[in-house]
Amino acid sequence: MQPLTNKAKPVDRSPMTFVESLYLWNIAKGMMITLKHFFKKKPTFQYPEQKRPFSKVFRGLHILNRDEEGRERCTACGLCAVACPAEAITMEAAERLPGEEHLYREEKYAAKYEINMLRCIFCGLCEEACPKDAVYLSETFAPANYNRKGFIYGKPDLLIPHPVNEPEAYQQALGNRAKATQN
Amino acid sequence: MAEEKKLFKVTIDNITLDVEPGTTILNAARQIGGEVVPPAMCYYSKLEGSGGKCRTCLVEVAQGSTADPRPMPKLVASCRTTVMDGMVVKNITSERVVDARNGVVEFLLLNHPLDCPVCDQAGECHLQDLSYEHGKEGTRYEFKRRTFPKHDLGKYIQLHMTRCILCYRCVFTADQLTNKRVHGILDRGDHAEIATYIEKSLDNDFIGNVIDVCPVGALTDKTFRFKNRVWFLKPVDAHCNCSKCSGKVTLWYRGDEVFRVTARKDQYGEVEDWICNECRFEKKKTSDWIIEGPREISRHSVISQGHYVGMEKPKEPLSEVLNGRQPKLLMDIHSISEVNKPGKQLSMIDGPAHSTDFQSETK
Repeated sequence: MQPLTNKAKPVDRSPMTFVESLYLWNIAKGMMITLKHFFKKKPTFQYPEQKRPFSKVFRGLHILNRDEEGRERCTACGLCAVACPAEAITMEAAERLPGEEHLYREEKYAAKYEINMLRCIFCGLCEEACPKDAVYLSETFAPANYNRKGFIYGKPDLLIPHPVNEPEAYQQALGNRAKATQN
Repeated sequence: MAEEKKLFKVTIDNITLDVEPGTTILNAARQIGGEVVPPAMCYYSKLEGSGGKCRTCLVEVAQGSTADPRPMPKLVASCRTTVMDGMVVKNITSERVVDARNGVVEFLLLNHPLDCPVCDQAGECHLQDLSYEHGKEGTRYEFKRRTFPKHDLGKYIQLHMTRCILCYRCVFTADQLTNKRVHGILDRGDHAEIATYIEKSLDNDFIGNVIDVCPVGALTDKTFRFKNRVWFLKPVDAHCNCSKCSGKVTLWYRGDEVFRVTARKDQYGEVEDWICNECRFEKKKTSDWIIEGPREISRHSVISQGHYVGMEKPKEPLSEVLNGRQPKLLMDIHSISEVNKPGKQLSMIDGPAHSTDFQSETK
């Protein structure tokens, strides 16, 4: 058959000479390539001491937001759950009792709110659907776990720290991105 | 020999049809169906005397009749205007109508709180649909919205007066279905409100129908309050032998739980048969009902999301391949999840769930 390109080279099967069989030149050639990489910029990040900068639109673990007074914003309207293409979000609503006004912003709130991180595809549609600014995708990702049950995130895992009672943790949870947009 | 009835020829949006004298424009349009039908917030074909309040059904009459072909100077409420022979009506083909309807929606929304995330009617609310089609993005209203002292209407019906658009449907329902009406519209103007005057609970056998009749979330089912969102529920037609009513209802299922019972509603949101309070509020078990089949929901409705009608579930091939062994589940979600626990029946709680209900169950 006629070769289609001129790139085909016949394999040289002639026996090696003595100098060639010492492989000295070839070893030096290989070492040169290795040496060259010593002086190149290293792409490795020493996680967890070093962290890779995230892109501005990175979508990580969800947080349930609170308002300035620390009341939960979520009213369990179910729009995040209906928007979720992976059907990862489930919730149960309850009515706010008199005396619970400092806990919940509206008369209806999510008594249970769960995100199954095994199902979640981090598309951010819940964040977009939320009419109450309650659910946000943060700059962290779900940590590894030994068990599947560790990926069912309930309200205690998702809620942002209280801005009045724990201001430091709250500021930390806000992340750099939120601070940049606030200023 | 019966005299042959003279039919009136009426043209609505360039569609001509013959209707009986005395038919309103709205009903004539409903005989055509489709987009020609003007929306109605207060008119209810099963309630005598309803209509003429909300002005959403305004249409333009381009030609009054064959005898008097002059156009009517103002837009008319199609639910209250009867057709004349040779009448030419413009609904969606008229720019004036569309513009006026946008204005009406803005007026209706002046005092209507936008608390759809909290409201139980969301997803089947007529005002929500209407404002989605006609509404503007923002409001131009700068003043405080009206508020009312709360009235308790008993253990079945929850009243949210701020959401009311004063369509009077519930008043007509109580007048025409019950022998004594105990609620009505008090005061006038901005202060007009639905109430019982002296705190009284609505407990007539058929008073539950005001929930179905209400176009907004002003009157909602207290036994369903905050339990679930309508678009997560699966509507199923069912009937029972009821001594008081026809017993034809729609059950709203989540899993195996009946979260609420409503009357069957047609394409205009009007009930097909009135149902009694016992059927609506007391029978929340599958065993109380004879299931007929899934209810058809318009595919434009959010309720139809995730309801796969006519879906064929693929056969699970694993057990065949594994010589009859079942695949081993690595995790049963109910063993971890706090939501929708199998043993717990949220639908069996009388009113809305409270934090106390969840505390007792975790113990």
